[in-house]
Amino acid sequence: MWERLVEEAPSFFSYYNVIFLLKAALATVALSAIGCLLGVLFGTLLALLRLTSAAVVAPFRWLGILYTEIFRRIPFLVTLMLVFFAVQLSGNDLPMFGVAAVSVTLIASAFLAEIVRAGFESVHRNQWDAAAAMNFGMLDTVRYVILPQAWRIILPPAFGFFVLFIKDTALASQIGVIELTFAGKVLNNKGFSAVLVFGTILVAYFSVSWPLSRLGKHLEFRLASSRHRRS
Amino acid sequence: MPRLVIAGLEACYGSLKVLDGIDLDVASGDVIGLIGPSGSGKSTILRSLVGLTPPTAGSVEIDGDNVDYKDAASVARLRDRLAIVFQQYNLFQNMSVLQNVMIAPTKIKKRPSAEVEEEARALLAKVGLGDKLDRYPDELSGGQQQRVAIARALALRPEILLLDEVTAALDPELVSEVLDTIRVLAREGMTMLIVSHEMGFIREVSREVVFMDAGRIVERGPPSRIFDAPTEPRTRDFVSKILRH
Repeated sequence: MWERLVEEAPSFFSYYNVIFLLKAALATVALSAIGCLLGVLFGTLLALLRLTSAAVVAPFRWLGILYTEIFRRIPFLVTLMLVFFAVQLSGNDLPMFGVAAVSVTLIASAFLAEIVRAGFESVHRNQWDAAAAMNFGMLDTVRYVILPQAWRIILPPAFGFFVLFIKDTALASQIGVIELTFAGKVLNNKGFSAVLVFGTILVAYFSVSWPLSRLGKHLEFRLASSRHRRS
Repeated sequence: MPRLVIAGLEACYGSLKVLDGIDLDVASGDVIGLIGPSGSGKSTILRSLVGLTPPTAGSVEIDGDNVDYKDAASVARLRDRLAIVFQQYNLFQNMSVLQNVMIAPTKIKKRPSAEVEEEARALLAKVGLGDKLDRYPDELSGGQQQRVAIARALALRPEILLLDEVTAALDPELVSEVLDTIRVLAREGMTMLIVSHEMGFIREVSREVVFMDAGRIVERGPPSRIFDAPTEPRTRDFVSKILRH
């Protein structure tokens, strides 16, 4: 097997193929980044919505909960198909990458909303009481008191989710988005050895996901130690 | 002329009525001690006053302003004039001692940071913690944390200070350091509503003692009368049990 791989390698790592793979990797990174960043943004907004108690926002609160509960429960592939056909039905000519981007955002927002909410809830109720009695509004309480304490609870599951999520973007290949998995299939169909092709894809996924995990660990460490600056 | 007028105050936890028609006047410079068995509603009066457990009936007036607990702006105006210290201190765990005292005056009341810091340092020195400014709450003893909480409440420049069983969570030997701090405040003329099980202390600092049971005020009067010559059987029963040990 080794001889075959060594023999194939020069033609596999041709200029054209490397560019093709890099572009595919870029698509995977872009989909992951869009999902993670917008997911954090919308997930946090959904978690904040859930903290409100005013009657006027109640319908939005319930919609938010319904959305979160639904999209955490259906498979990624189903969400993707749903968005794909909804876009088709509406006659919109959104490119496939756009369809995938919308799908990953929908899913990541739902999952991260729960992770952020659990973080908020981990902070003791008496912190809210103290803040409220001193006239902190909800957003001030979250900003100054709750979030700084919830970070340490939120970060590990959030980064765990990001790592799973990078892999899940592979499903975008199902609707023809040229990301890493799709590129692997194409190159395999061209006749390159599956071991060589998917081995390369493996390394590519790993090199996207590993630095992210390191970043997570670094942030955890920094936030954990910031409270006791000298220790 | 009373500053704070509470009339017919009621509050519920679910279907349980924990306050059942409380009438209480607080004048400037008053120190009022609230005593009674556990579950009699003493702490709930304080929580209801600041709107953490909003009253279900009755009225609260401060300097002639009627407080509408359904109106956030009205509650905010009230909270601007009161400060509460909790049994469990409730210090912000993510902030140092100095930050705990400074956060509300600077970020919520928007007062200049330099001025607030000077005042915060003075307050912390006053409660005997001038050397702990950079410590975090979990590095302090309960008594120290409670004194930080008192300094934090004073930094709000409250017109009335509410103290909710502030020594109940402390080791017996830490109780006196907190009580000493409150004694100083009483001498300085701070208006206070004090819920406590420290009967000797209540007797010493209060101008008026209010005895509560089952969400109602049973009896009120000067400390000497409530403790030495209570007229209600329920008060007599409570006081005799307390004084026996």
